[in-house]
Amino acid sequence: MSLARTFATTGRILTQIRHDPRTIALLLVVPSLLIGLMSWLFADTPVFDRVGPAMLALFPFIIMFLVTSISTLRERRSGTLERLLTLPISKLDFILGYTLAFGLLAIAQAAVAVGFAVWVCGLSIEGSIWLLFAVALADAVLGTTLGLLASAFARTEFQVVQFMPAVVFPQVLLGGVFLPRADMPDVLHAISDWLPLSHAIDALNAVSTGSEDAAYIGGELLVIAAFALGAVLLGSITLRRRTP
Amino acid sequence: MMNYAGPAVLVDNLRVKRGSREVFHGLSLAVPRGALVGLLGPSGCGKTTLMRAIVGAQKTVSGTVTVLDSPAGTPGLRKRVGYTTQSATVYDDLTIRQNLDYFRSILGAPRGDVDRVIEETDLGDHANQLVGALSGGQQSRVSLAAALLGSPELLVLDEPTVGLDPVLRVQLWTLFRRLRENGTTLLVSSHVMDEATRCDRLFLMRSGEILADETPDGLLEKTNTSTAEDAFLAIIAGDTRQSSEAEL
Ligand SMILES: Nc1ncnc2c1ncn2[C@@H]1O[C@H](COP(=O)(O)OP(=O)(O)O)[C@@H](O)[C@H]1O
Ligand SMILES: [Mg+2]
Repeated sequence: MSLARTFATTGRILTQIRHDPRTIALLLVVPSLLIGLMSWLFADTPVFDRVGPAMLALFPFIIMFLVTSISTLRERRSGTLERLLTLPISKLDFILGYTLAFGLLAIAQAAVAVGFAVWVCGLSIEGSIWLLFAVALADAVLGTTLGLLASAFARTEFQVVQFMPAVVFPQVLLGGVFLPRADMPDVLHAISDWLPLSHAIDALNAVSTGSEDAAYIGGELLVIAAFALGAVLLGSITLRRRTP
Repeated sequence: MMNYAGPAVLVDNLRVKRGSREVFHGLSLAVPRGALVGLLGPSGCGKTTLMRAIVGAQKTVSGTVTVLDSPAGTPGLRKRVGYTTQSATVYDDLTIRQNLDYFRSILGAPRGDVDRVIEETDLGDHANQLVGALSGGQQSRVSLAAALLGSPELLVLDEPTVGLDPVLRVQLWTLFRRLRENGTTLLVSSHVMDEATRCDRLFLMRSGEILADETPDGLLEKTNTSTAEDAFLAIIAGDTRQSSEAEL
């Protein structure tokens, strides 16, 4: 592993994205637009205050998952990954380079989304807004690392888009947005305990209602971080220098 | 003859399967150190597969590939071997200079190298242009420039002159000769037989077998022909005759 090569890779990816202002605009604005739409839809009802925090988990997660999986898949298909892996860069450098680049974008994205939800849409937050931001960010980074992992199992852009319903939707359904997790059938509740998005949504709900202390939220953050780390390690194992 | 430690590349009894097809069924060859060697053969004969095996990107079934005295693909070789794939593998959405800066930092090559390789590949006028906006020939030169970073001892170039106009082709072969004069070993593949005459040594490959391993002059003499293309056709004719005799 080499920090210089990781940072060089991060810098390269950010320069690539800089040449694509439309993607940057979409990354920053789309989650806020969707959250704005939700708050308008449920204006004059208490619904937005109940599901708003979960939206801060969902939209950045889904968008980072898609953007990362497609850009690493592009790198595989164009042959630049094969070339890179004949050079002195470690697989972990490559994966961390990506995680860091999209992690930095995720900071900007989470800041815009949290600010918009709280100050423009009036999402009521009992707990600390910093904790809200931290969870939203961890969640976006998780989307990035799962996207990196998913791209290893896809050969085409079509396949990678199919991972959305396969990997993301079950987590959304079981995450407690549609039905509080406590009210689910026991088996589904048990499964949802093992899905990272459930922990993100729990943590965001806890911050907004102020129902739990910072230690609980820190614990949930650790769970999310553990999943992200696992995805990074698995992702670098699935990278192969020699291919058939 | 030159005195050398060992061949730059030694392939011994290599078997490779791609998909359900066996591409090499026990291939052996040696690329002498310090030579400019051409790997010629029709499309699909296995040139790319051989090059991938040399740079350690190809999964093999059995046999050994030794590069600069180490097994192919060992970490120590990654700085000493430069490789260009058949299609240009650089980033479309970066400028030439940004691409080369990135590969330079991955290689840990000196900073001045970027300017050197831009000049060697004659890309100075476009250095700050996005690669995606260049012609196919220019893109493949960017890919080549990236392989020259860090001055590797062995260059493995997969069809670097494909799609280039004759003037540029001559320029590149002049560059290859100059690199060779400075002690670099080059293995260059092509399916354009005429390029053969510019090499020190030639491998003619067909269906995963080496049909001839000769100097260009030796090849013409042996086959009693005057162009590389004719020589290749003569050798294929001889080869088919031999194998049909073997079947009798
Ligand atoms: N990814 C692949 N999967 C399966 N077979 C392949 C693959 N790439 C190449 N082949 C087969 O391997 C053989 C050699 O291909 P290749 O080395 O690319 O030839 P060349 O570079 O001389 O045109 C061909 O018959 C081709 O069909
Ligand atoms: Mg080829």
